[in-house]
Amino acid sequence: MDPTKPDSKRPDLKKSTDSKKTSRRKFLKGSAAVAGLAVGATVGGISSANAQSAATPEAQSGQRAKDLIAYGQRSPFVTSVRIPTADRPGPDAFGMTFHVLTPLQDSVGGITPSSLHFVGTHRGSIVPDIDPKEYRLLIHGMVDRPLEFTLDELKRFPSVSRVHFIECLGNRSKPDDITVQQTHGLTSCSEWTGVPLSLLLKEVGVQKGASWIVSEGSEEVMGAGSIQLTKAMDDVLVVYGQNGEPLRPQQGFPVRLLVPGFEGIYNAKWLRRIKVVDRYYMTYNDYGHISKDPKVFAMTFQWGPKSVITFPSGGQQLPGHGFYQITGLAWSGGGAVRKVEVSTDGGQTWKEAQIRGAVHPMAHTRFGMDWKWEGQECVLQSRCTDVLGQVQPSRAQVAKFFDDPPDYYKSHGVQGSDNAIQPWRVASDGTVHNAIA
Amino acid sequence: MGRSTTRSLSLLLPAMMLGLCLAGWAQSPTYGLGKTPSEEEIHAWDITISPTGKELPPGSGSAKEGAPIFMQKCAACHGATGSGGVAPMLIKPPEGSPAPKYCLSPCINAANVMALHSPYATTIWDYIHRAMPFGKERTLTPDEVYALTAFLLFKSGVIKEDDVLDAQTLPQVKMPNQDGYSLPDWKHATPRIFP
Repeated sequence: MDPTKPDSKRPDLKKSTDSKKTSRRKFLKGSAAVAGLAVGATVGGISSANAQSAATPEAQSGQRAKDLIAYGQRSPFVTSVRIPTADRPGPDAFGMTFHVLTPLQDSVGGITPSSLHFVGTHRGSIVPDIDPKEYRLLIHGMVDRPLEFTLDELKRFPSVSRVHFIECLGNRSKPDDITVQQTHGLTSCSEWTGVPLSLLLKEVGVQKGASWIVSEGSEEVMGAGSIQLTKAMDDVLVVYGQNGEPLRPQQGFPVRLLVPGFEGIYNAKWLRRIKVVDRYYMTYNDYGHISKDPKVFAMTFQWGPKSVITFPSGGQQLPGHGFYQITGLAWSGGGAVRKVEVSTDGGQTWKEAQIRGAVHPMAHTRFGMDWKWEGQECVLQSRCTDVLGQVQPSRAQVAKFFDDPPDYYKSHGVQGSDNAIQPWRVASDGTVHNAIA
Repeated sequence: MGRSTTRSLSLLLPAMMLGLCLAGWAQSPTYGLGKTPSEEEIHAWDITISPTGKELPPGSGSAKEGAPIFMQKCAACHGATGSGGVAPMLIKPPEGSPAPKYCLSPCINAANVMALHSPYATTIWDYIHRAMPFGKERTLTPDEVYALTAFLLFKSGVIKEDDVLDAQTLPQVKMPNQDGYSLPDWKHATPRIFP
């Protein structure tokens, strides 16, 4: 409608009044939500066809409407889901879930929805249901004052909220993997809220000679792991909040340890105990990571710089020629992302991508680059540089470091923590493929 | 005189205050939250066993005693020979045996079953005690855990069938991989040896 033409305004007003009457009748018969949408649509001048198809009485009546009031759900048209890893089914023969992959190919921005956060459990586990009223955290060992905290007491301490990724050491891209969910789906990023562990450790008074902590979960295996006291006093958090609400059960409800930039297994879920000790304790979780070379061993603690293009990525299809944004995620266990480069010619030339979101230390960082595809076959890849100046390596560079044959990682998963560059090949028909091999 | 007293006080006072503050941080809690657990409560919570074995409880067991317990409580999942079951490998199988179907994290295979790869026998005791058997965790007696640990070590050629493990002898077991690790030196904002 054109407000400068009074003549044309009048019929519209009349129509609106008629619609309101219809809506009023609908309201009296049934759903308030439907009536509200219909009135809004007409007054706002939105195409009535769209408004009606989105708000049929059947779609938003009864229990679903009530459910949406209590706790919002995504649109029924959004169907992105997690999947178990291919190498071990979940639930398995014991009813345990092992590793569940987040659908990175559908991700936008830097935060992973809590409901889609990847799941890693050590032996595989059955998620415990812990009553927050019964919850206790014990901090003891080489301390002046061992203390036991309830959840309410933990929440009374000054809190911090920080954005950090968690990535499982098992996040290895293999030649047979098709999608970015399969190659990289064991990393996720959330805003975590809790208490700095350093504050709690000062509260209990760490004694001279202490050098490590052992953290322990309360799942059935009570998974335990050793962490350097230097790290524990640096930036480790005892968290109870994830993305503005309590932790999800699969993420350790009600309390987990958050060890920024460290391999996933150190982020003990369902945290029950922290013991301050004077040596590496060599728990079951620990012994699988040991290495004779202390510098190689340190690599399993702290993630290196890493990135991956999430669009276009394996299994996707470009619908036609023209403009696209190449977009993906970059992160590093060493700190914030300083720069992301993208190559569209298999790594011969690199261009600096734009950072398209907030940059936090040890957090997923969204990057993007404008791109025009004219039907040419090409290989896309991204490369992350972090604030420490560390540059994400290629698989050939990893092979050289570990003294493996140059092409070894074209047919094998990368040993240690895999932060190698991920190539995607775009075929001339617009299909996208894993180009490791 | 008056001036010099004032001066020395003005020098002393900040130093005294600083000293009080430092003493305060070191000696008393800031927030006063939380409950002090009793020694008994801590003991009941603490299931972590150090490589020194200082937390090990009284009790003892040998491989001979462990064999029937293994068949009764472990073999259903781990296999009668300690490999080839649906659960992780515990005993290295003969050369040429098929690889395990699933490689759990840490990936347990012939090269790194606990008895061969862990630098300390305490790791085995700790894990059996805290996490086994599946669904009935922490129901084994200390004697049973000592016996099962001895059984796995014997089957891996680390100790003899008659060797008795207890709180004193278990930490003394010389493990094949006892020199197989070094400690990483983690420091804030430090690059890795390889990015």
